[in-house]
Amino acid sequence: MNTHVKITQAEPADLSRRSFLVGSATAGLALGYSAVPGLLGADQAFAAAGNFDPSVWYSIAPDGLVTITCGKADMGQHIASTMAQIISEELGSNWKDMRVQLASNDPKFNDPVLGAQITGGSWSTMMNFDAMSRAGAAGRMALTEAAAAAMGVPAGELTVKDSVISHAKSKKSMTFADIVKSGKATKTFTPDELKAIKLKTPDQYTMIGQSVPQLDIPSKTNGTAKYGIDVMLPGMVYGKIVMPPVRYGATVKSVDDSAAKKVPGFIKAVTLDDKTGTTTGWVVAVANTYSNAKKAAEALKVTYDGGPNAKLSSQSLLDEAKRLQALDDSGLFFVKDGDTAAALGTAAKVLEAEYTTSINIHAPMEPMNATAELKGDIWHIYSGNQFATRSGAIAAGAAGVDPKFVVMHQMWLGGGFGRRLDADMMVPAVQAAKAVGKPVKVIYSREDDMTMDFSRPLTFQKIKAGLDGDGKLVAMNHDVVSAWPTKRWGIPDFLSPSVDKKGALDAFTVNGADFFYSVPNHNVRAILNEMAHSATPSGQLRSVAPGWTFWAVESMIDELANAAGKDPAQFRIALLDGKGKNDGGAQRLRNTLLAAMGMAGYGTKALPKGEGMGVACVSSQERATASWTACVAHVAVAPSGEVKVKKLTVATDVGTQVHPDNIRAQVEGAALWGLSLAMYEKATLKDGGIEQTNFDTYTPLRMSQVPEVAVSVIANGEKATGVGEPAVTVIAPALGNAIFNACGARVRSLPITTEAVKANMSKA
Amino acid sequence: MPSLNINGRNMSVEAAGDTPLLWVIREQLQMTGTKFGCGAGLCGACTVHVNGEAVRSCQTSVSDVAGKKITTIEGLSAKGDHPLQKAWIAEQVPQCGYCQSGQIMQAASLLSKNANPTKDEVVAAMDGNLCRCMTYSRIQKAILRAAADMRTASNAGDRRPT
Repeated sequence: MNTHVKITQAEPADLSRRSFLVGSATAGLALGYSAVPGLLGADQAFAAAGNFDPSVWYSIAPDGLVTITCGKADMGQHIASTMAQIISEELGSNWKDMRVQLASNDPKFNDPVLGAQITGGSWSTMMNFDAMSRAGAAGRMALTEAAAAAMGVPAGELTVKDSVISHAKSKKSMTFADIVKSGKATKTFTPDELKAIKLKTPDQYTMIGQSVPQLDIPSKTNGTAKYGIDVMLPGMVYGKIVMPPVRYGATVKSVDDSAAKKVPGFIKAVTLDDKTGTTTGWVVAVANTYSNAKKAAEALKVTYDGGPNAKLSSQSLLDEAKRLQALDDSGLFFVKDGDTAAALGTAAKVLEAEYTTSINIHAPMEPMNATAELKGDIWHIYSGNQFATRSGAIAAGAAGVDPKFVVMHQMWLGGGFGRRLDADMMVPAVQAAKAVGKPVKVIYSREDDMTMDFSRPLTFQKIKAGLDGDGKLVAMNHDVVSAWPTKRWGIPDFLSPSVDKKGALDAFTVNGADFFYSVPNHNVRAILNEMAHSATPSGQLRSVAPGWTFWAVESMIDELANAAGKDPAQFRIALLDGKGKNDGGAQRLRNTLLAAMGMAGYGTKALPKGEGMGVACVSSQERATASWTACVAHVAVAPSGEVKVKKLTVATDVGTQVHPDNIRAQVEGAALWGLSLAMYEKATLKDGGIEQTNFDTYTPLRMSQVPEVAVSVIANGEKATGVGEPAVTVIAPALGNAIFNACGARVRSLPITTEAVKANMSKA
Repeated sequence: MPSLNINGRNMSVEAAGDTPLLWVIREQLQMTGTKFGCGAGLCGACTVHVNGEAVRSCQTSVSDVAGKKITTIEGLSAKGDHPLQKAWIAEQVPQCGYCQSGQIMQAASLLSKNANPTKDEVVAAMDGNLCRCMTYSRIQKAILRAAADMRTASNAGDRRPT
């Protein structure tokens, strides 16, 4: 469990945690905002005379339009619209009056629980639900009080609906617009008063639970939605990066721009001096248009020192991972329950298996980009980004200024998936703009984007597990070896102490391994692969660790069930007994698994030869922030080893649905991401560089590869949980298990290839 | 200085003849609805129409389209109310939305030639357009919905008083 997201189900998050980043991060990382008033886009909107601003989160204009400011990055999860929906529920506004804008990096827009601007982990809805509800309610109360005074009636007799406040007895009514125009809505709330507001109970909801039209969608059908790549500034020029052949660690030896100088519009070649260590060996060709910048980049002759990683390959990283895993003193304990050595020593049956996943690339459709402009003392950065707090600080580091002189202008994100938690694109934009004295927009080519991804790391896991004489799982040792994506951020609060307090580990590499099965003797070791960490700086890819930990755990659970001669679904149900620390979660996961089994008709009839169903169930992301998700995969495997996915049935328990249709869209998208990672996406390292450069060799799922997907959403009235990620992680193990049940081939390496299935069939 | 006919207007642009149409549309004409995705014709994000045919504007040089009619997402309909755009909203297709201009333009080209496509024909026409959010099933539904709406509208228009 991550120490900074200890969210209990029973009570609202501890607000004292809001300062966790600002209070303890190293100076320079914490305060990425402009202290100069009036410069922030959102401030300008709020400064409009005559508006009513009940909260930093929204403003009501005299025309009655309610504009909410979303502090979360919107990358397609429609979180801005969700925030508007939560506010609207308590405010009593008409959905037609709601508008959204995206926040700057002013700390006043920080996440109320996390105390920073960071979007990920399927956390946004659960961590903002309370604050947005209270903001909405405060606005309603202030408007009601003003209306009561204007109408000369008691506030308690007023009702609020669809942006209108009515008094039934006198038949008087005022619209929100009337009240704001009157200038009488002035009530403010102290934090204690906000906390004391009695919020609606679920039976009173009229907006929460409704699939209202997403506010951002029309602009995404007519070309008007503005992404980072669409920013246009007066006098702006363009940068195209020349990337070194090595992912990380190269240095530029020389730059010959004699040929580039012949390219029309060429301005300058800028060799980055990146003291933040985010990039190594990058040169930016700056020109008057992007096409000319690209031509100039191609004409530049750059020589490199490849650095320490120039000879490394995927095989080197895997070999190193295996070496580290074999050492008794490697890593730090994430879980240490009971005595696995003793239990494995007396077990009736012991199974051992190794599971691997390849390097994977985010490849959002909008390639990385950023636009930087220095105006007076202030750096203005325009980019769609998931971590404005840190990215602003990286931009400041690249500019050599204090972070308070950086304003981050948030844009719609053309896909995030964790890629835009990183800030590498800020460095070339800022340094190129500084070098040429003009605003510069830097756009990565697809090749730049792929070869310089902060990828999902190559992982190696080994599980050793023991069954007792009754076929009951009594012990499990689970080692997870990988680069540590979150350690790379250099923010101590994002690391977690090991259970024996011997050091700090990156829980974002082992989450999920602390599952809800009751296993009395259970160790999980998080082992840092320094070689991979250095050669392939890794990032957070949609669902992060559970994308690999559940691949290993849920495959092994099936192998154990098979060894015990039990049905894999029933074997899981027995392990989900809800004892001790697993009480509550285990039962929810069991119920979700049963729902998926029921929907898929699991075990109800014999399947044709060569077909099989497989199950998996997961609780991503953290134990404390789980959405309970189960999958039944149905596959047909040809004698050649070719796998056809016939159907994916996914059930997920999200507690409370804010927007049912959006949940289905997210779960389906996540499940197809899971399928894509399980079968179609693989990147490899050779001579220190990523070999795949575009969508011809790195091949995410296309329309023709989409199987039937059935989604069942369970809303049982518990707290709302996140949905963007869990379904990613459940697919690969369900498929692996289905393939085993179809043809006897156990594949333990992702992605699952025809060749691997064929090879393991002959072993079966 | 090439002259281009875009969305019914003639515009002269300052660009070398080998400049990809995509960058001229985006940078010079500042119509940013057409997106850059791969620069290699592999993803479809930059799809526009040239004389009604869907083409990848990142693979089309300005000199190739002189005198031809170019349509971008901004010019598909006057008010963003092409049946496909309406269907995209009705089915709530977009997530991040970045690929959707290209998806809609690709689909519009399909429907202009085939008023009643089967699901397989939709897949065949759309398989070159990547959606990283994986909104594929909603894209399919929206295309079939728009096709049905367009057939209904055209049948209504064909009706003659007897």
